[in-house]
Amino acid sequence: MIANPTYLQLSYLAAAILFIFGLKRLSSPAHARSGNLIAAAGMALALVATLMAPDLGHRGLILTALAIGGVAGVIGARRVAITDMPQMVALLNGLGGGAAALVSANEFVQVSHHAFVHGHAASFTNLFGLAIGSISFAGSLIAFGKLQGLVSEKALTSGALRIANIVVATLIVLASGLLLGGGAAAWYWVLMAAALGFGVGMVMPIGGADMPVVISLLNSFTGLAAAATGFTLDNTALIISGTLVGASGTLLTQLMCKAMNRSITNVLFGGFGAGASSSGTAAGGAAATQKPVREISIADAAVLLANIRSLIIVPGYGMAVAQAQHAVRELADLLAAHGVEVKYAIHPVAGRMPGHMNVLLAEANVPYTQLFDLDQINSDFAHTDVALVIGANDVVNPAARTDKSSPIYGMPVLDADEAQHCIVIKRSMNPGFAGIDNPLYYEPNTMMLFGDAKGAVTKLLEELKSSG
Amino acid sequence: MSPVLITQLTIFALAVFVGFEVISKVPVVLHTPLMSGTNAIHGIVVVGGILVLGSAHGWFEVSLGFAAVVFGAANLAGGFVVTDRMLEMFRSKPRSGKR
Repeated sequence: MIANPTYLQLSYLAAAILFIFGLKRLSSPAHARSGNLIAAAGMALALVATLMAPDLGHRGLILTALAIGGVAGVIGARRVAITDMPQMVALLNGLGGGAAALVSANEFVQVSHHAFVHGHAASFTNLFGLAIGSISFAGSLIAFGKLQGLVSEKALTSGALRIANIVVATLIVLASGLLLGGGAAAWYWVLMAAALGFGVGMVMPIGGADMPVVISLLNSFTGLAAAATGFTLDNTALIISGTLVGASGTLLTQLMCKAMNRSITNVLFGGFGAGASSSGTAAGGAAATQKPVREISIADAAVLLANIRSLIIVPGYGMAVAQAQHAVRELADLLAAHGVEVKYAIHPVAGRMPGHMNVLLAEANVPYTQLFDLDQINSDFAHTDVALVIGANDVVNPAARTDKSSPIYGMPVLDADEAQHCIVIKRSMNPGFAGIDNPLYYEPNTMMLFGDAKGAVTKLLEELKSSG
Repeated sequence: MSPVLITQLTIFALAVFVGFEVISKVPVVLHTPLMSGTNAIHGIVVVGGILVLGSAHGWFEVSLGFAAVVFGAANLAGGFVVTDRMLEMFRSKPRSGKR
């Protein structure tokens, strides 16, 4: 182990304070950017101080590794499109989890070397760092694969997967117990393999619509794994920073669960995203095809929009997929220029990660003062002329308020159905990811505008411009 | 319990409260940057990587440590850059002109 001289400890304390100040500045978009820079300064301080530790070996290798990782990280972060942010966040999170697992493993191997002299049982914090870090690494990579389209976004639930999960979970408990009791080092690698397997098995059954919960949860896992390595290495910087991240991830996970009115166990083990296969929703889908829907043409929609005073735009994952945010902003600008009051209603779980819609709209240059969350805007729908739903589905489903048999009953939703008129831009009548039918589409004041989000909004825009 | 562990647990417990207190003030609008920002902060685990690599013996320990530092550094650098790119876009008024 490397000794902890006083100046190193003090630098870590200063770094931790800078992290907290940085996070505090995230409380307002106006000075959030400086908060991130303050946190980065804290990180630089911790890094430089660590590199100056007197008895540090392999300095050349350390600097090489830092350069490789740092350059790769910066290039990746600069090149990634804003629309690919969810998978980028998942990937970075996985790297952190992997690093925590590797640090734990390395410490275990090093201590085992001396164990012949002292006699040794693995420490709980080391095993915790290894297991949670490995789960986060594997889980984040699967989440990355799902978001990137490399792994099916569908909720994959099968009996075999469930049994495999139980087996690896048992292995994790067994190996940990043996190692704590001083068992053979081979169990350490069994534990690592089992934790990696559990990470895969945990995220595979998660459907796309539940991604915001999983991403937040994995975020908190990596934080806790980093904190655990801090316990193992007796390093306060790691304990404090890891714990801050763990708290943040936990809080976001709670918020996301609350926004869906579900518990975390229900999200992870409920197999909810596979809803289409359950009898209730399938029957609902069949009945749905019988009910009439009102379709509206681009021309008629343009005429309607040209004659309103207030508009609320409800974006969903469909807008992200079609990358329609710029077209949407242009449409909003044009209407605003004609005196229409335009607002955006953002549901907490719209998209694939917390705040997904906000980032996309910010990229399209929509000022954040026009973005409102559920509690702020829901009472406005009743006195709004048109609610324009773009690629959102479950988050505007009135069944969540009224239909006790609906799988999403009790979930807080945006009351788009209460606006004078509701225009829904949607590719087809297929139900969303959760496979739940949406009564909003059959309401008398709802009009369906079929098409992909970008195409439909662009055509609306042209129609409005040509009619002046 | 050793005094070291007691101190560590104290720090941990206080950090939990500070974390919840600070994070609960972050507005919904900034939840994605919050996540990628905290992502960057858990990149601090690279410090752990440096320390274990710095005391590693033999190729196995060295390669484990090397990989840990590469992962941690990528996490940290990527996290801060991505967060900065996102936060740069959040404005209260539209940018004048096109980029």
